[in-house]
Amino acid sequence: MENNKIYSVTGLFDTPDEIIHAVEKTVEAGYQKYDVNTPYPVHGMDGAMKLKPSTLGYFTLVLGLSGAAIAILMMWYTMTLDYPQVIGGKPTFALPAFIPVTFEVSVLLGSLGTVAIMIFFFFKLPNNSHPIHNTEYMKAVSVDKFDISIEAKDKNFDENKVKEFLKAVGARTVATVYWDNDEVSYKPRVFEPKFITFLVVLGLITSGATYIALNKLAYASPFNFMMNQDRQNVQSKSVFFGDGFGMRPPVEGTVARGHMPVAIGKAEDSLWVNYENPLPVTKESLELGKKKYDIYCSPCHGMYAKGDSRLRGQFPNPPSLHSEKVRNWKDSQIFLVITSGQNSMPSYAAQIEVKERWAIVNYVRAIQRALNAKEGALK
Amino acid sequence: MSIDYSQELSVIEGKPTFADISDVISKPLETKVNKKYYIALAISSTLLLWGAFCLGMTFIYGTGLWGNNNPIGWAFDIVNFVFWVGIGHAGTLISAILFLFRQKWRTGIARFSEGMTIFAVMTAGLFPLIHVGRPWLDGYLFPYPNQHSLWVNFTSPLLWDVFAVSTYFTVSFIFWYIGLIPDFASLRDRTVKKFRKIIYSIASLGWRHSNRHWHHYEMVYLVLAGFATPLVLSVHTIVSFDFAVSILPGWHTTIFPPYFVAGAVFSGFAMVQNVLIFVRKIFNYEHIITLDTLEKMNKIIILTGSMVGYAYGMEFFIAWYSGNPIEVFTFVNRAFGDYAWAYWTMVSCNVLFPQLFWFKKIRRSIPVMFAIGVLVNVGMWFERFVIIVTSLSKDFLPSSWAYYKPTLVDGGILLGSFGLFFTCLILFTKALPIISIAEVKAVLKGSQPSHHKGGHEDGK
Repeated sequence: MENNKIYSVTGLFDTPDEIIHAVEKTVEAGYQKYDVNTPYPVHGMDGAMKLKPSTLGYFTLVLGLSGAAIAILMMWYTMTLDYPQVIGGKPTFALPAFIPVTFEVSVLLGSLGTVAIMIFFFFKLPNNSHPIHNTEYMKAVSVDKFDISIEAKDKNFDENKVKEFLKAVGARTVATVYWDNDEVSYKPRVFEPKFITFLVVLGLITSGATYIALNKLAYASPFNFMMNQDRQNVQSKSVFFGDGFGMRPPVEGTVARGHMPVAIGKAEDSLWVNYENPLPVTKESLELGKKKYDIYCSPCHGMYAKGDSRLRGQFPNPPSLHSEKVRNWKDSQIFLVITSGQNSMPSYAAQIEVKERWAIVNYVRAIQRALNAKEGALK
Repeated sequence: MSIDYSQELSVIEGKPTFADISDVISKPLETKVNKKYYIALAISSTLLLWGAFCLGMTFIYGTGLWGNNNPIGWAFDIVNFVFWVGIGHAGTLISAILFLFRQKWRTGIARFSEGMTIFAVMTAGLFPLIHVGRPWLDGYLFPYPNQHSLWVNFTSPLLWDVFAVSTYFTVSFIFWYIGLIPDFASLRDRTVKKFRKIIYSIASLGWRHSNRHWHHYEMVYLVLAGFATPLVLSVHTIVSFDFAVSILPGWHTTIFPPYFVAGAVFSGFAMVQNVLIFVRKIFNYEHIITLDTLEKMNKIIILTGSMVGYAYGMEFFIAWYSGNPIEVFTFVNRAFGDYAWAYWTMVSCNVLFPQLFWFKKIRRSIPVMFAIGVLVNVGMWFERFVIIVTSLSKDFLPSSWAYYKPTLVDGGILLGSFGLFFTCLILFTKALPIISIAEVKAVLKGSQPSHHKGGHEDGK
């Protein structure tokens, strides 16, 4: 040990009061390269050592603000530029909705960055090869002692003088710390073939495991259960449902919005008998009525409702709609016949919407009037 | 009785020396474990394995094994998530907020409750991951450029949750580790075993207790506490946004963020108090985690419990005051509907029983405070159940109303979450110093220089 290079001379003290006093004396004596080791932060020590306030806070500020900026930029890029979508009626750059993530990212970057800067740049840790490790006085400091270590680098350093000085300010034990030769002459072994082989093998294992996980394992059971799922094609037979239908009928009594139900049954029984035609006679309603009449009614009733079917006897001809009886019907009665059907005429409720039925009624009224025009009707 | 208020009472009872503190805190790490430890570990790991089995079944057969139905698509999974995140909040409150308020009594319990935070957030984080049904695709929760050229939806509270909980976990972990570094150094210098020395050397990063380091270390501790304080408030706020931002009656209320944060601290303190009662007894830490400390925790329980009770009342008031019939229905249904049993369990456990802490005798009686702590946690678990399940079970469309019944698998996963939490905790007590050695030394009597001898007289 005696041949080794000196790192520092240390003195151990028993109480916080003693160490504060000793540190003040050390500063007065003009030593600059020294350190104080205490098992916990001692109040007033920073003042005694005349340390400037820690500058870490500025790093935190910069890191936190850059975290916020990065988060906002990232969200702006993804949500506004790269894949704009309107979500919940919000603008693509929805600042209020971005605030939580902005806050979290600035906290994350601010705290992690500050800690990393402190450990790696301020403390230059991890460093387990410092000469004071594993010495008796380091162990004492870890429990209950306080110590000053005046380093050989200091320009006023002289081993004997420093020892005397420390004894004079009240140190209980004074000792010299030496550099460890093994650690001083240690050379990193990063480029040794052994280590490089280790890195290559590690790389191969990692990439192989990733390949297997992503390209093989992800397609194996049970991770693939979403890829093969039972499904039912429309209009095809089902083995799952009891009635054998693949498509499910709506629940009994289901009513679509805007499609007010009409009672099916005898026209006279219906509440609709006294219902007024809600559709005014306009050009639009007559045109709609003609269109729907020509599509759905004219094949049997004929283009002018004379009962002259185009079906050539394949289906019984209906009576003419120009009879006295039909002409005296209320609008609602014609509407109900279209809705529920009558004799061999089926219900057209499924094909023709309510509004269209009323339009047909208007149109039928127009034909009835046109074909049974009286003298002077045009006046 | 005359009390001298001019002098602050020491938070540590008796007059232990620094060496006593080092010895008593590192004792569990240096002694062989006894039979009781193995029994406790066996129980908690059995629960853990049972939960893992139920989880494995869920992965193979799908979430159909759970009781979730339509419309109750969120049930035990999300209830457990909110419960465990809430448990974590006490640790951060103790380590960060009480630190900013210079509450010295926190030193004895900070490390342990931070550990509980980390384990609780780990447990909580599991639930959203399994809730998605295909946990191996959870990577898509993070925004990264992918082959589908899709991004996550940054305007969704569920995504805010991903950021909040992962940030919370990371920052809590860093905070915890920073606190552990000086203790690792102390352990490194104590141990005589070679293998331990290597582990502690690596973990301590070569810490030298240097005051030039302490100087920045205290600064970083302050910065982290300053960050963790708004962070912990933001986490449960964002968890409550998962509900409050939706339009479902019973969820769509602006009181949720403060109400959730108060509830989280409430249940967290109850859990920390329960566990500490055992820890201080088993490891002989009664002089460090004193009865005074427990009493102070009980005071925080009654404060937050009353805040939660106020929120319950205010929810009803606003439902009536808003004049919204659907809102009124939801709340009346909560109290008198199918889930009245859960609602009244919640109210009695959270509002009524903690009020007993107004009596000093009860605040200082360990069996009674333990029982109330357990009830608080039962109540807080039911609070999340009531909020989530009753609101979903009767929504706008009466034709789809349904009743939720958990299955055995649901129960198994809940038990498993307790197993995971307590297994981690039990291993923690033997693996790391569960009380901060450096911080406790710093608050011992005579640990700081007396003012007459210190810098003040000479310097000024």
